[in-house]
Amino acid sequence: MSSHALRPSDYPGAAYLFVLLAAGFAFATPEFASARNLSNIGLQAAALVILALGMTLVILTEGIDLSAGAVLGLAGVVMGLLLTSQGASLPAAIGAALLVGAAAGAVNGAFVAWAALPPFIVTLGTYGMAQSIAMVLTQGNSVTGLPPAVRWFNEGEWLGVPVPIWAVIGAFALTYVLLYHTKFGRYIFAIGGNRRAVELAGVRVRVYLAAVYAYAGLLAALASFIMTARMNAAHPTIAIGLEFDAIAAVVLGGTSFEKGRGGIWGTVLGALAIAVLRNGLNLIGMSAEWQVAVVGVVIVAAVALDALRGRA
Amino acid sequence: MIAAVQRLPAEVAFVVLSRTAVVAGLIALLAVASPHFLTSDNMVIILRQAALQFLLSAGLTLVVLTAGIDLSVGAVLGLAACVGAALIAKGFLIAGIVAALAVGLACGIVNGVMVAYVGIPAFIATYGMLWVAHGLGYVFMKGEVIHGFDPAFRALGAGFWGGIPIPVLVAAGLLVSLHVVLYLTRFGRALYAIGGNPVAARLTGIPTKRTLVQVYGLSGLLAGFAGLVVIARVNAADSGTGEELLLPIIAAVVLGGTSLFGGVGGIMGTAVGALILALVVNGMNMLGIPTFWQAFAMGAIVILAVLADVSFKRRYP
Repeated sequence: MSSHALRPSDYPGAAYLFVLLAAGFAFATPEFASARNLSNIGLQAAALVILALGMTLVILTEGIDLSAGAVLGLAGVVMGLLLTSQGASLPAAIGAALLVGAAAGAVNGAFVAWAALPPFIVTLGTYGMAQSIAMVLTQGNSVTGLPPAVRWFNEGEWLGVPVPIWAVIGAFALTYVLLYHTKFGRYIFAIGGNRRAVELAGVRVRVYLAAVYAYAGLLAALASFIMTARMNAAHPTIAIGLEFDAIAAVVLGGTSFEKGRGGIWGTVLGALAIAVLRNGLNLIGMSAEWQVAVVGVVIVAAVALDALRGRA
Repeated sequence: MIAAVQRLPAEVAFVVLSRTAVVAGLIALLAVASPHFLTSDNMVIILRQAALQFLLSAGLTLVVLTAGIDLSVGAVLGLAACVGAALIAKGFLIAGIVAALAVGLACGIVNGVMVAYVGIPAFIATYGMLWVAHGLGYVFMKGEVIHGFDPAFRALGAGFWGGIPIPVLVAAGLLVSLHVVLYLTRFGRALYAIGGNPVAARLTGIPTKRTLVQVYGLSGLLAGFAGLVVIARVNAADSGTGEELLLPIIAAVVLGGTSLFGGVGGIMGTAVGALILALVVNGMNMLGIPTFWQAFAMGAIVILAVLADVSFKRRYP
């Protein structure tokens, strides 16, 4: 952020949406602003924030990852199956799931970087493939009977702070350092800004691009631990559609699909705005059916306003 | 397309030859692998499946020609099918058909306005529409299933005329009309021009924004129509209708050789793409491969088809 004073147009749409929604729901129902509910929102938002952090890096390179939800589902299923039917230890299962996430991301990245295919078509293809593999592995069923230790990812606490929040803090810190304090991060912005120039400067753009998608896959696997622990079961379709929330969080957070502009603070705000929206709609008793449509409309409208504002 | 053929003879030849080889290869393989494959009953099944697939992918082909994308086709199809089904099941046949088409058209026009006038990238605008349409479908159906339609309506999806399945006749009619529209009308030529070079298209006087709204609207309208054929075929509609169709819908278009970068391709290609998909699905069933693998096959086909075309173009520019 540059040194001049912030003008209203410098804040991403997520900031306004977040304040508007929080004030609206606090007014509509006293339950909303209770400490219990606020910590609930944080827990609900955790997996989304982590997924959206990876999505931010992908979008900064002018890419997209439609496979994020499916890869999350696959990683969770792999962990679940290793723990139950294979009797693996928790660290081994976690490691394997992280590996699966990163590998799926690397496949995305390889097709985007070396074959130069449009990212949305590559990740749409891998969405189908990841989903399919998870379905074949589980025969379409949930993986239940997980060892109690898994629930630590959702219920555990350290220094009075729940584990999912620690996971978010860890993922944010890692992404922050990667993005703002390493060569890798500077190249991510540069690739989105002017890929050709970066290539001509002798940077191995393809390697970095593949690494971005692999990192996004890794974070999807991390998010899968929280979701699996929350449901106390792994299922192939556990996060289908969560990639839409993640993309929306990134866009609302002010990261643009063009020119490598944006950052991860806005993404966190965007994810929180979406979590507040879903939580508040629940509290005021809106049925699950309506929520899908309302959330979709709010997000599309906010993105449209952002696009209109950006042109003015 | 004449101009495109003159400009890119090698690329077009590659698409035509590679797809012919794929169709011939699949038929030969399946004929050897399964004695039931070459029966006339199975041919009818494959043709009807290909016709349905073509109806699903026809509108998207026009959008992709403009270098756009419509990820909402399956969801809009589902929403239109649910609205139409509710009316048709109550005996309002014409009203149901009109309502389904109107829902599709309205969703498509909203997509077009978001892309052309608001300036949202097409895949984001239509991806948003995907979730909005799914959500409205849930709201409308409340988890219920509508089934049991008028036999006159069901004929649209399940009937025969002169021994040929009616969906095949409908698809053939749509194929010919869209082919004529693409080649011989100002609208059709404008789609290629916009996909080839939007700035040049605008400077030659083509109303690019209006044309984009029209093409997304047409895509929505055709999705609504496909929704009617689908529910006539399966004799039921629920909020899940159309949910699993996104991948196959795009797969048929890219298998048909229409370039995702716009300006190159055509509706005939999509018909061939639909035939290839129908052969793949039929073959997987014949060989007893679990249906869980079908999404994997669709995903792999999408990536491989685009990969083949992009690689060829890079090697022989």
